[in-house]
Amino acid sequence: MSESPRTPQPPAGGSIEDDVAFEPVIGLEIHVQLATATKMFCSCELSFGEPPNTRTCPVCLGLPGSLPVANARAIHLGLMIGLALGSELAPRSIFHRKNYFYPDLPKGYQISQYDEPLCRGGSLADVRIHRVHLEEDAAKLIHLGSSGRIHGSDASIVDFNRGGTPLAEIVTEPDVRSPEQASEWLKLLRTTLRQLGVSDVNMEEGSLRCDANISLRPAGTHELGVKTELKNMNSFRFIERGIRAEIARQEKILSAGGHVVQETLHFDPASGAITSLRSKEEAHDYRYFPEPDLLPVAIDQRMLADARAAMSELPVARAERLAREHGLSADSAQLLAFRGELGDYFEAALAAGGASSLAGDGVPAPPAQALANWVTGELLSRLEDGERAGGDLFSSRVSPRALAQLVGLVDAKRVSVGAARQVLDKLVAEGGEPQAIVDAEGLAAMDGGGEELAAIVAAAIDANADAAQRVRDGNAKAIGPIVGAVMRETKGRADGTEVARLIHEQLGT
Amino acid sequence: MIAADVLELSAAQAADAIAAGSLSAGELFEAYRARAGADHAAGEDGLNCFTWVADDAPAQHADAPASVPLAGVPLAVKDLFCTEGVPSQSGSLILEGYEPPYTASVVRRLQSAGARLLAKTNQDEFAMGSSNENSAYGAVRNPWDRERVPGGSSGGSAAAVAAGLAPWALGTDTGGSIRQPAALCGIVGMKPTYGSVSRYGMIAFASSLDQAGPLTRDVRDAALLLSHMVGHDPCDATSLSFPHAIERPSAERLDGVRLGVPAELTGEGIEAGVLDAFRAALAHAEQLGAQISDVELPHAPHALSAYYVIAPAEASSNLARFDGVRYGLRAENPSDLLDMYTRTRHDGFGAEVKRRIMLGTYALSSGYYDAYYGRAQRVRTKIADDFRTAFEHVDLILTPTAPTVAFKLGEKTADPLAMYLNDFCTVPMSLAGIPAISIPCGLSAGLPVGLQIAGPAFSENRVLDAAYALEQSLGFDGTAARV
Repeated sequence: MSESPRTPQPPAGGSIEDDVAFEPVIGLEIHVQLATATKMFCSCELSFGEPPNTRTCPVCLGLPGSLPVANARAIHLGLMIGLALGSELAPRSIFHRKNYFYPDLPKGYQISQYDEPLCRGGSLADVRIHRVHLEEDAAKLIHLGSSGRIHGSDASIVDFNRGGTPLAEIVTEPDVRSPEQASEWLKLLRTTLRQLGVSDVNMEEGSLRCDANISLRPAGTHELGVKTELKNMNSFRFIERGIRAEIARQEKILSAGGHVVQETLHFDPASGAITSLRSKEEAHDYRYFPEPDLLPVAIDQRMLADARAAMSELPVARAERLAREHGLSADSAQLLAFRGELGDYFEAALAAGGASSLAGDGVPAPPAQALANWVTGELLSRLEDGERAGGDLFSSRVSPRALAQLVGLVDAKRVSVGAARQVLDKLVAEGGEPQAIVDAEGLAAMDGGGEELAAIVAAAIDANADAAQRVRDGNAKAIGPIVGAVMRETKGRADGTEVARLIHEQLGT
Repeated sequence: MIAADVLELSAAQAADAIAAGSLSAGELFEAYRARAGADHAAGEDGLNCFTWVADDAPAQHADAPASVPLAGVPLAVKDLFCTEGVPSQSGSLILEGYEPPYTASVVRRLQSAGARLLAKTNQDEFAMGSSNENSAYGAVRNPWDRERVPGGSSGGSAAAVAAGLAPWALGTDTGGSIRQPAALCGIVGMKPTYGSVSRYGMIAFASSLDQAGPLTRDVRDAALLLSHMVGHDPCDATSLSFPHAIERPSAERLDGVRLGVPAELTGEGIEAGVLDAFRAALAHAEQLGAQISDVELPHAPHALSAYYVIAPAEASSNLARFDGVRYGLRAENPSDLLDMYTRTRHDGFGAEVKRRIMLGTYALSSGYYDAYYGRAQRVRTKIADDFRTAFEHVDLILTPTAPTVAFKLGEKTADPLAMYLNDFCTVPMSLAGIPAISIPCGLSAGLPVGLQIAGPAFSENRVLDAAYALEQSLGFDGTAARV
């Protein structure tokens, strides 16, 4: 994450010509499929692309007489999510029935939680959590015919394999202020949930789904505007684009003196169009009431202890630890922690560097901050942007130990920064040992103050007489071309500071 | 034994005879099958007790081993229990011909104890009714007087047992649907503590109230059948482990037993003949040594109002699944989804079911929930508290089971409120979730009157013992109803 979610985002209203700038207020509702073995209220195994209607039973088909039994594992995972978000865990929560007719809902109601959810409150980074509750997923409808929707289709068929899959719904407070922040925060949430092991959190496969509640208000005011709900965006890119499009639509309405209508909207990523699914008047009356087929969920000390014991270290806590234990800057620590694989690589490299140094390989252990900079800067940019773009750190040819040694060599001034970049190019392309590459390529740093370097500096001054004169005249920046010439001549082996010192010494400046 | 004698045996006696080797389970089954089959074949010219009768005795169980406690005694089962491969229609057209792929837990439990499925019994549609006139498969007639109703909703089960067409039967009770038809048909019917019998596989009416229970000729049969019904079922989250075994009742006296009579349920609205029989039963209890005292159930008169909010509310949701998508009736050639839903439900549900779906939908609607459903639940809590307080002073509570004897077919069909008043004495116990039994306690104008005995949760043994002692003392003769 290059921009931390703590970074305040500029209000999106800046572009309109009107004096009034609008501030977007965004709340997110995230549905996460929980990684249980069986469904929320029956013992059918979860489905991963099996033939339609092969993972069903009387309960998840809503056959007459069948009854739900709550999945204890799903409650356990829900508690872990609550712990991770710092929520208050309800000692007693209640399942409700949410009543509405639709062919993907076999009982005519969804079993969900309403006014007494499993978890309340909490936060992740700078976004507060309103609540987390458990519910069951709907089945999957396939509409035959050209429209692709139920209206106008020739026929619709229902695959109940997905019906009854356990979901945790995470609802945020309206603390998000921009499309970019929404997408960055969701990435942090995804990392957090993945780290917890509670879900596959795969947007493309639908195990992570997001709705956004969006409203605008004049910048600097506090009252909330009329909101719309943008449904079911299934990639981080679409979330950003969808929210941006909806903000633009509302801005246009409000700038023209109009009123935003409360409604549920659909964003079509292909056309960029936003269409209405239903207005406030058409909204369902879900007739919530406590599910009489289930007892309240009572959380006892043992369930809490089990959930706590199952927790792994989460990104926010990891950032704090990295900063505390290794003295990393806050930005570095957050970057490593929020992109978990960077943190994993960093910690592996730090450990390998320390170990091989102790084992007497002659290379000093690298300082942590320098190592972090190399991981998140030089190494990552080579893997993300170069020929090997898309490759992740651990599957690259650069072993954590090799990077640690390289940074150790730089820190000991045995290799200049410029030379080290060349060594890293070689490591990314071919792998190998940094010291061996330095030796083979003749990239070892030149001894500072040696006769050889002084002679090269003198030659560079002669070849750049104009620049030399400007330096003498007091223009310190003019030293650049002379340094460049020395570096070219030394293939980057010279230490930049030493070169600058020698130039000034010889020019008498 | 000749067939007529066989049919006079109580179920417990028949099981004992089979175990002793003096009776063949196959013969017993066939004797009942022939009689039930004849009534079924006669349709509405008969009692119309059944919606399905076994063609043959289940071959593999033909002679159940003596070690099976129910020894192959035939069992009639209310239509709304799911029975694999056998029509389970809950008295509704919307499930006409529906054969479930699984069997209800309580039926499976009884089958594994040796009971054999004889027939499915007629009932009010989705158990909504007190006269069995709301069945899509025709009204059931009362064997005491064929122009009268058998009560409901377990009317088919009650009439079949009273008429001797089945040795015993399973019913369900939501607000009185076992006890009231048992009373009107002169047999024993018991609603156990809520949660003691699994509801898995019972086609739901009102989930927080529905309980399965036995309809039998006598109290010992009720205890025997119930003893094989109770127990925790992992498929029903609301089911409980029954804390002790259901015993065979044997009390002859009621010395020291404190019986409470609530004025709220034994005065206004109860027919004079019913009250006479009730008071005569109280005199028997006193003779047996019981101490009878007044007891207060101050909120009981509000039970009916609360019940007719809570039960329809739950029903409106429970019946949403009958939408024509997966099973049962589906309207032909619908123009769109809404048309399919509305026509399927319009054609598939009867008038009473529609009335209750609308009542319940309204009661749960946004803006009305607190005034109706929320308030009804608060009344329910107060009624349960009333019973708790009362049971600090008395062991059992006695009331008439129904305010009237069996009424004429068609007499109350035009007046739903008059029909709902049938549940006046039974609904409070349903809302409180406590066990209650109805036993016949005499005749009024030649028709049976029921006595209701209720106790605290899980006091089934105490209730059965008192019922047994009174049954022996009262000496009610139900043979006049036998076909």
